[in-house]
Amino acid sequence: MKNWIWLTTITLATIVSVAGASYYFGVFPTTQKEKLAVSTTTSLYDTGLLNTIEDIFETKYPIDLQIISRGTGLAIKLAQDGDVDMILVHAPSKELPFLTQEYGVCRKIIAYNFFAIVGPEADPAEIQGLTTLEALTKIVEAGRKGQVMWVSRGDESGTHAKEKELWKAVNFTWEDLRSETNWYVEARKGMGGTLILASERSAYTITDMGTYLSHNNAGLITLKVLISQKEELLNVYSAITVNPTRHTHTNFNGAINLTKFLVSDEGQQLIGDYGKDEYGQSLFYPAVKLLQKNNDPLAYSIREYAFFNGAECPVEYQCGCPKLYD
Amino acid sequence: MNSEIIEITLRSIYVSGTATLLSAVWSLPLGLTIGIKNFYGKRLVKGVFNAFLGMPTVVLGLVLFLLIRHAGPFGFLNLLFDPLAIIIGQAILITPIMISFTISAVESIDLDIRDLAKTLGATEIQASLAVLKEATGGALLAFIASFNRAIAEMGVAYMVGGSIPGSTMVLTTAIADQRDRANIELGLTLAAILLSIVFAINLTVNLIQKRRP
Repeated sequence: MKNWIWLTTITLATIVSVAGASYYFGVFPTTQKEKLAVSTTTSLYDTGLLNTIEDIFETKYPIDLQIISRGTGLAIKLAQDGDVDMILVHAPSKELPFLTQEYGVCRKIIAYNFFAIVGPEADPAEIQGLTTLEALTKIVEAGRKGQVMWVSRGDESGTHAKEKELWKAVNFTWEDLRSETNWYVEARKGMGGTLILASERSAYTITDMGTYLSHNNAGLITLKVLISQKEELLNVYSAITVNPTRHTHTNFNGAINLTKFLVSDEGQQLIGDYGKDEYGQSLFYPAVKLLQKNNDPLAYSIREYAFFNGAECPVEYQCGCPKLYD
Repeated sequence: MNSEIIEITLRSIYVSGTATLLSAVWSLPLGLTIGIKNFYGKRLVKGVFNAFLGMPTVVLGLVLFLLIRHAGPFGFLNLLFDPLAIIIGQAILITPIMISFTISAVESIDLDIRDLAKTLGATEIQASLAVLKEATGGALLAFIASFNRAIAEMGVAYMVGGSIPGSTMVLTTAIADQRDRANIELGLTLAAILLSIVFAINLTVNLIQKRRP
């Protein structure tokens, strides 16, 4: 009996120590490198784009990129508290106060794409073919009659911010709508969870295309894209570094290196090509070259929507990195 | 992808194993002392530890997050989003389990052995060691049950670890992560690994219990 117990103890101890040792020496060689903590919107991470960027970036710089994927709202909160070095987000309305309150510096727009409004195959609110704003009005009308449901992220993410802006554009306030709980449901989840909830309830929702495609391909949802590629549904991603004078412990240089990589030709190409193999279409479009054109209508829309004071980063927040803004 | 699965599995075992050993540093002596000694309020102390057996992991995760984030009182330690934060969190999480199991193990054996040892000239510590020797099986059970709880929990790992790929992602958070990324096959593979670990451990516990005198 006693021998048996000791045998088990020794076996367990061996397993733990072998796991620990191999973990430390074999699998975890990155501990020596400087860490760069990046808090990001879920769409960039869940589509796998950031893993690809991480792999290539880490071969170029002696930096251990640490990705914390939690949605734009929490990403900004973590950056305000100095818990991360940099954020990748897509909510201009939240980014501006982040800059003006001097939490963030060196903002660069890195990519854009379009949100989509998705819903049940049968489209009971009959929104297909309508303009974005007409469609949203129809969804509210049908929802109030009890014919359709809407699922909102409800989590202060960039997608949620966009949804609120759209409701405002059709003269509804999100505060009013969310009280109409019989048809307006808040998921309080990431995009994937929200899509699954919308699919299970045969509801409408707003989503980024990347998450929609990955979930659709995996057979997790049965929703159909009803409205997409419209100017009102523009989705602009940007990189912002945490202000080093406010949080002196953050890795400012690492963050600038990643920003430079993202806006470089190589980084932009990586962003533009991502997803072509798997989904037959780009999930994100590179923004840097486009924004250098003055007369392009899309570039104009992006500037209208996501540029501050006519520049992607006002001069006072460029923080000694003017080269980024040539 | 395979190396990623192995990495996450090894990290899980390493993190939760270290948490178990760390917790044992204070839990075993405490459990032994409480089990052996008779003192005023012993039932209350035991009651408190029993109550904390069901500590919801997210609650502990949230409290720890607030304590160790940069703006928190322990922010200077730079623990947030570090594997060490999960280790400490899980060690705290399983402390009540380990203490309660140790107490029952000690109480289940005949405490006369301690008095016997003393009459034979043993010191207080030597007598306690004699008790511990008798309670080895129970202490081992405490270890295994604690490790089991640690490796299967998600709240602490998610809140203070952040589930960072290549750094703090463990089996439980990786499974949730794969659902969010619509990688169902990979999620199921990780789930199968976690289940195998938990089942193997429970089997061991049952065998030990059966063989206990």
